[in-house]
Amino acid sequence: MYLQDVLNALSGGALIGFSAALVLIVNGRILGVSGIIGQIFIFKNWRDVTWRVVFLVVLFLTGVFLSHVRPEWFDGQPPLSRFGLALAGLLVGFGTQLGNGCTSGHGVCGISRLSKRSVIATLVFMGTAILTVAIRRFLTGSAGL
Amino acid sequence: MNMTQGNFAQQSQSRSYFKDILSVPLLFISISAILFGVGLGLSGMTRSSKVLGFLDVFGVWDPSLMFVMLGAIAVYATAFHFVSKRLSKPLLANEFSLPNTGKVDRGLIGGSILFGVGWGLAGVCPGPAVILSTVSTSGFVFFSSMLIGVAFYHFVKRRGIL
Repeated sequence: MYLQDVLNALSGGALIGFSAALVLIVNGRILGVSGIIGQIFIFKNWRDVTWRVVFLVVLFLTGVFLSHVRPEWFDGQPPLSRFGLALAGLLVGFGTQLGNGCTSGHGVCGISRLSKRSVIATLVFMGTAILTVAIRRFLTGSAGL
Repeated sequence: MNMTQGNFAQQSQSRSYFKDILSVPLLFISISAILFGVGLGLSGMTRSSKVLGFLDVFGVWDPSLMFVMLGAIAVYATAFHFVSKRLSKPLLANEFSLPNTGKVDRGLIGGSILFGVGWGLAGVCPGPAVILSTVSTSGFVFFSSMLIGVAFYHFVKRRGIL
């Protein structure tokens, strides 16, 4: 761990917190990416869905832009086979809907609001993820980095 | 005269509809999405190797991503407790619409376990998944299967299977 990594993590985190605060104060909503995606699938009405679609499209475009101007923010090598990635994606998609949130909604917004649900959810998904990496390291000798 | 007035009313009504749905709030949402994306990239959350290193507590642990959460919570908790609580309503919406914070149920635990396994395998959570969706083939595979997972959940829920 280098000091630069810590500073990048802190300032990147502060940006994430600020962007979530903007959604809260301006729009009165929680910024949770899995919730934003899920609510689009549920589709109540356009008013409800529009801001979510806009958020996702702009986030997606930001990614496209960043991959050109900051390629060092992206990995070359995937940590899994295609099949493994598809399985992991299914689990993340299904799990975040069933658990009502992910790293942003529970981990940042929920914990900040001192939500009991979110604190427990975050402990569970962090613990499970750490365990998953540990088991993989035990079985294959590598964490897939 | 009446007709012009009618036209005007109709027009201003449709204008206010567009004002609600488009324009200012969506400008802020867009700014928020850009900051969110840059924050994820800068902090290292878009690099699955970095995320897996953070989760590799029993191996070669890289704890630096802990500070992402720390930085984010510091800013958001301040905004939540000291700004939003003093507002009777959001600046550009009619009301705060925040989820329950109380009861822990089986779905919360089970869902978080499934999410944790997926996150631990790929090192990608939903925010970075959106960013990575077109950056690499593996990003696309992960993102599209994540959407299938989301759709499958809402499908079985609507059918009452879950």
